[in-house]
Amino acid sequence: MSYISLSEDDIQDLLNKIGVSSISELFCCIPEEIRVKSDLSLPSALTEPELISHFEKISERNGANEYLSFLGGGAYQHLIPTVVDYLSMRGEFISPYTPYQPEVSQGTLQVIFEFQTLICQLTGMDIANASLYDGATGAAEAVLMAHRIKNKPKVLISRSAHPHYRQVISTYTQNLDLTIEMVDHLDSGRIDIENLKKRLDDQTTAVVIQSPNFIGVLEDIPSITRFAHEAGAMSVLLITEPVSLGLMEAPGKFGVDIVTGEAQSFGISLSFGGPYVGFMACRKEFLRQFPGRIAGQTKDRDGKRGFVLTLTTREQFIRRERATSNICTNQAWCALRATIFLEALGKKGLREMAWQNVQKIRYALDQLTEIEGVTAKFSGEVFNECVLHFDKPWEVIDKALREKKILGGIPLQTYFEDMENCVLINVTEVHTKEDIDLFVENVREIMSR
Amino acid sequence: MYPDEFYYTKNHEWIKVEGDIGTVGITDFAQKQLGDVVYVDIPDKGTLDFHQSMGVIESVKAVSDIYSPLSGEILEVNAGLNESPELVNEDPHGNGWILKLKIKDRSELEKLMSAGDYEKFLDGLEE
Amino acid sequence: MVREPLIFEMSSKGKSAFRLPSLDVPEKKQVLTGLPLRTEIEEFPEVSEVEVVRHFTRLSKTNYCVDEGFYPLGSCTMKYNPKINERIAALAGFLHTHPLTPEELVQGNLEALQRMEDFLGEITGMDAFTLLPSAGAQGELVGMMMIRACLTERGDPRKTVLIPDSAHGTNPSSAHLCGYKVHEIRSNDSGVIDMQDLFQNMTEDVAALMVTNPNTLGIFETDIMKISEIVHDKGGFIYMDGANMNALVGQVKPGNMNVDVIHLNLHKTFSTPHGGGGPGAGPVGVRKTLAPFLPIPRIVKSKNTYHMEHDHPKSIGRVGSYNGHFLVILKALTYILSLGPKGLKEVSEISVLNSNYIRKSLEDVFHLKYKTPTLHECVFSDKNQRSHGIQNLDIAKRLIDFGVHPPTMSFPLNVQGALMIEPTETESKRDMDIFIDAMKKIAEEAQTNPDILKSAPHHTYVRRLDETAAARNPVLKWTPGVLDEKE
Repeated sequence: MSYISLSEDDIQDLLNKIGVSSISELFCCIPEEIRVKSDLSLPSALTEPELISHFEKISERNGANEYLSFLGGGAYQHLIPTVVDYLSMRGEFISPYTPYQPEVSQGTLQVIFEFQTLICQLTGMDIANASLYDGATGAAEAVLMAHRIKNKPKVLISRSAHPHYRQVISTYTQNLDLTIEMVDHLDSGRIDIENLKKRLDDQTTAVVIQSPNFIGVLEDIPSITRFAHEAGAMSVLLITEPVSLGLMEAPGKFGVDIVTGEAQSFGISLSFGGPYVGFMACRKEFLRQFPGRIAGQTKDRDGKRGFVLTLTTREQFIRRERATSNICTNQAWCALRATIFLEALGKKGLREMAWQNVQKIRYALDQLTEIEGVTAKFSGEVFNECVLHFDKPWEVIDKALREKKILGGIPLQTYFEDMENCVLINVTEVHTKEDIDLFVENVREIMSR
Repeated sequence: MYPDEFYYTKNHEWIKVEGDIGTVGITDFAQKQLGDVVYVDIPDKGTLDFHQSMGVIESVKAVSDIYSPLSGEILEVNAGLNESPELVNEDPHGNGWILKLKIKDRSELEKLMSAGDYEKFLDGLEE
Repeated sequence: MVREPLIFEMSSKGKSAFRLPSLDVPEKKQVLTGLPLRTEIEEFPEVSEVEVVRHFTRLSKTNYCVDEGFYPLGSCTMKYNPKINERIAALAGFLHTHPLTPEELVQGNLEALQRMEDFLGEITGMDAFTLLPSAGAQGELVGMMMIRACLTERGDPRKTVLIPDSAHGTNPSSAHLCGYKVHEIRSNDSGVIDMQDLFQNMTEDVAALMVTNPNTLGIFETDIMKISEIVHDKGGFIYMDGANMNALVGQVKPGNMNVDVIHLNLHKTFSTPHGGGGPGAGPVGVRKTLAPFLPIPRIVKSKNTYHMEHDHPKSIGRVGSYNGHFLVILKALTYILSLGPKGLKEVSEISVLNSNYIRKSLEDVFHLKYKTPTLHECVFSDKNQRSHGIQNLDIAKRLIDFGVHPPTMSFPLNVQGALMIEPTETESKRDMDIFIDAMKKIAEEAQTNPDILKSAPHHTYVRRLDETAAARNPVLKWTPGVLDEKE
């Protein structure tokens, strides 16, 4: 396949205009010693039908496709309205550049502005940005931002925040004067507030919690925020399942300073983990320290409303080493899908989706915990995921479930040493009653063996 | 065009000396280079060394450090710039002043340029 | 075209665009007791499906895009985005895999990732790759972190990073995020790194030199071997910003230029779409010495099975939520397989040919600060037009009236009033000539009718926008009750 649009004659015309007899003359500035002497050792070009066949074969080596899955843990199966694919696949949305020339990018910019507005409405915060790479880097950026503002050496983070997010925060802060300390959770699955209060002091930059957390439980956001503020620290909330905001009160109402997380649930397919889309929102007094692109409203010379990237002096291409972040991009196309998703679901649809998640996990849990040897590990209220403890080794149960083409959940012992035979199970609106009943039936049968 | 009673730096700051108080701002040349000023980020207290960065001025397209023309102690910043950063563009040598400081060492003035020297310096900058 | 309202301005109570199936399990009314619940999502839009479709369709038409025309944006490599890439990335077998699926069940995905690492290794001549960074900027950060980790292991992370004055803004900000101070190296009169300046500043306190080659002026750093020698002699590393790889594919391997670590931009050289500002991907290739520090998870093949490994004690750690931008990587992999070795070589040949054609066509009209030969991009400036009060911004805005997206402006910093032009290899002669003719016309207008430039663009959905007001009085979201003024 070639995407060159020049004919042999065109090439000759160009060479003549330039005044050289061959293209290789144009590479004369590259020293001979370092030039590649032969063709790259790569497979020969494949045509379209060959590519399709080649990749279909590769994708068929993924056994997972036929399985009924209850995997969650920060990436969720949700319904995606058809219009999301239909509209986002338009060439005018896929192939434009970053909107640095706003007069020819109003589509992109207005979508960003709507995205920012929707995130503010969901989180109850003053300002949102145009998106970040993903939830984990959002969490890291939030910690860096809090550190820029408060400049204290300690961050307290709940152990039940997503382990991958905690790891990314560590990676990003390893060269800073900052220690990240974990605060454990109780039997309820919620953070140990008494312990948190003890460790909060005037050396704390921020308290970081996740709700619903990685073990499925919803945290007491108002209290934690209050204690953080009393100690002079910032309150940072991570959200990996923002469908929960369809029902849960907006965290902005409790004075949370930064809300950040993953918007994959809003119209992004699982995609083996990427590209996803991080979102971030904060209170207005922190605007100058806020990372990421932001679209703002303004007027053109005829007085017509329009949108532009604004406050760009925070960003790398102007501020260079003094930038708030080195981020050069947002996830514009993924944010577009999230915007279409949210506008298609609308006020009632998102709430209904959240409601069904809450109902279906409870239906599954009620039946699963009736089985002998299966117990809920934590007592706290959950949104759409829950940790179950099994009396039998999970490898045995998992193997048997897989024979029935079911992926039952995420075993947690790799993340938490003290959670042997504990499994994180996620149920959303995509799981029908039949799916759940089938799952329960199989677990019952396996546990009775 | 450049007030005779001011002193000037190579980074395009000016300082007006009255007793041991110095009023500091950026020159007309600097504000033209920057474009429309949107935000001025200067601390309202502290001590500064000769030519130490005292903060930044942000325009729509650029960010610039501002350096203290002399050593001294910050007395006051121009609060009007919070509401109206455009004063720096409209009246850079007057109402667009940025801060006032208490001068520590008058002899440092010898290291700065007079209006005439500054104008010559600007001529030399033309590419 | 009539201005498109915000969705919130089209919203009214009771409309809906998507219905979920009814709840099929018994409903419990009392749930989430003791937790603060909202009664509704205040101000959230309520519109019909028709309104959603029309809203986004109309908005899309206000965007310029590669599918429509030329983007001569220097440093961005805005080449055509092949559609077969999209089709492959949408195969159900790839699209619906959960990131935490047990590896036995995603062997196809892991195989695709490993092949991509191998291909990028062959193209660049580097020993090992990570596909995890989400963008070029994150790739830079990862690269610099690995350098720091390696130096720390040797006993001293050092304090400074050297960066040429022509570098892209992500370079110094990435270095800074790593805890390094940045020192700028001057460019000489030919537009390349001033060797004297480099030699004087390369000390044992310098961790690395971040170099782009060809540089942001499109000029090849011919002395790259000497440059790397100077840096390596003092125990420093060479980081290469691979944004300009389009000029080098099939011609030179960065591995043969003594580069220690390089990042690539899949959304540049490897044709994945820009999407209006992301997602991209920024894979990083390293020499063996730095391989132990690569981020996790790593993909390894043992016997005939692929694994994701997390147990690498020297690794800088995890850099993203899961496994990187898998679908973007798939698109780039499709691209490499569809071009093959001959097609990839053609990329650099034609991108350099096209750029030199434009350079030759415009060098009598626009000022070219550096006369040195250029490869796939070149940088003009507004110097010839300044005497008429015209700046690069005015030239850029007037170009829009001719149906072309403006080139990159005001970067690199060592050219005042820069206009950076990179046509890429996918442009036709016709489209390039339209651009050349427009630029010549604009140069003429700068003399005869400068006002038409200053008031440009004239025919777009919105005219020139007040960016100052946007920054001085930021309005960053819609609020109810704030009525938009009549047109």
